[in-house]
Amino acid sequence: MELDLKKLNLRNVNDKLQNLDRKKNERDFTIINPEGNHAICAGLKNEMNVTIKGHVGYYCAGMNQKANITIEGNVGTGVAENMMSGKVHVKGNASQSAGATAHGGLLIIDGDASSRCGISMKGVDIVVKGSVGHMSGFMSQSGNLIVCGDAGEALGDSLYETNIYIRGKVKSLGADCIEKKMDKKHLNKLKKFLKDAEIKNFKAESFKRYGSARKLYNFKIDNSY
Amino acid sequence: MCGIVGIYLKNKKLNNSLGSLLAEMLINMGSRGPDSAGFAIYNDEKGEKLKYSICINNLDYENFKKELSEYLDDADIRKNSDHVILKTKKKANDVLKILKDHFKNTSLVGYGKSIEIFKQVGSPNEVVKKFNLNNYSGTHAIGHTRMATESAITTDGSHPYSTGEDECLVHNGSLSNHNNLRRKLKKKGINFDSENDTEVAAGYISNHLANKKNLKETLNDGLRDLDGFYTFITGTRNGFAVLRDEIACKPAVIAETNDYVAIASEFQAMAHLPGVNNAKIFEPEPGVVYSWGS
Repeated sequence: MELDLKKLNLRNVNDKLQNLDRKKNERDFTIINPEGNHAICAGLKNEMNVTIKGHVGYYCAGMNQKANITIEGNVGTGVAENMMSGKVHVKGNASQSAGATAHGGLLIIDGDASSRCGISMKGVDIVVKGSVGHMSGFMSQSGNLIVCGDAGEALGDSLYETNIYIRGKVKSLGADCIEKKMDKKHLNKLKKFLKDAEIKNFKAESFKRYGSARKLYNFKIDNSY
Repeated sequence: MCGIVGIYLKNKKLNNSLGSLLAEMLINMGSRGPDSAGFAIYNDEKGEKLKYSICINNLDYENFKKELSEYLDDADIRKNSDHVILKTKKKANDVLKILKDHFKNTSLVGYGKSIEIFKQVGSPNEVVKKFNLNNYSGTHAIGHTRMATESAITTDGSHPYSTGEDECLVHNGSLSNHNNLRRKLKKKGINFDSENDTEVAAGYISNHLANKKNLKETLNDGLRDLDGFYTFITGTRNGFAVLRDEIACKPAVIAETNDYVAIASEFQAMAHLPGVNNAKIFEPEPGVVYSWGS
């Protein structure tokens, strides 16, 4: 079913997708003319496929559960923020705070993501085919952040137990973030993510793994950055 | 919050639609700044005369015109709502002095060979209609929608700020060291009309440019001297530049095609631009100066 945001207002479109008519067996939707609107496809909670044809604004696919959402364009701040499950695939670039605080699901960004990608992520898996900006993975708690390009300043600052895999250069590491050994189990996990994101041209072995030195877990007077 | 927009045309065929392109951008940014709006248009006029954009507030236009002609015999005045555009061959310093000494109830919002500035309190939609922005043509333009945070909702508090010939600045964010910087710049002879932080940044840029620094050098120095949150768009006679602070909390997105470069706080401000869906769209990196034209 095609939903035209030039004809329907955003609230109607979101309402329709959030409250699917279960009697109808309709699970495939295309949204046209998104024109940078905010909060498109926020709060979806059923299995369905949604394709958005064009660029969107802030908080697209926020709080997603179960839905499979593809954006054929760029996304604004906070795409898939607080996602619980499902899959969000951005075919263009993402603005800042992509996947912020998300608990689960898979977020794939084909282009670059700007600053604070995966900030405070709590279990989501994020695959960025391009590069990420500064303070990515800031205070991230759990999940995996995979970046095929470079990472900006202060990567993984004050992180807890997120695994960060970077293929390119890291401008600098944030407080308590260190490079860690890539074990076989990490390689196998990474291979699975690369496969899920349909990345064939990069080998898992070409990535480096980063994680927490766990020195900020307990208060120490001489912790400083 | 505040919304900022700018468009620089590469294809001259679009010059006649500059006003209408910018108008839509401003209206779409009304959600970020509902209390005042303003815009600066550069129209590449070739002449010796300088143009002065003056807000005459509640003064009677005919009286103002008559009084002004007593001081300026070649005054060529055009009215647009509560603003007037004055053209004269007289030296800038003399004109500025006349306005300051004899027309205290007016505000000079900018001057230059190419620039015209209009700004007023009200929703962007109202402001755009009031000044008939749709009818303007030109080479590049910058606009602002304001949600006031640190100084009063007045004409003087709205953007763009212009503190030098054909220069202007719009700002989304807030500066934390503007009082100190204002004091320093005042000592160097720069005048300020408001308590606004952005006006200080505009004065800073003008002071640098007056000291023969180019726009790129100026903005790079700004990274060191201006403390706070900002995305700036600054316009000059032949181009414009964009700068975000290094923390980059304030948004910006750039869309570039063969015909134009557009910048806005949010993509929705640009969704109507011709061919935008195939444009190169990217977010300016923090602490990096982007400039077009010269």
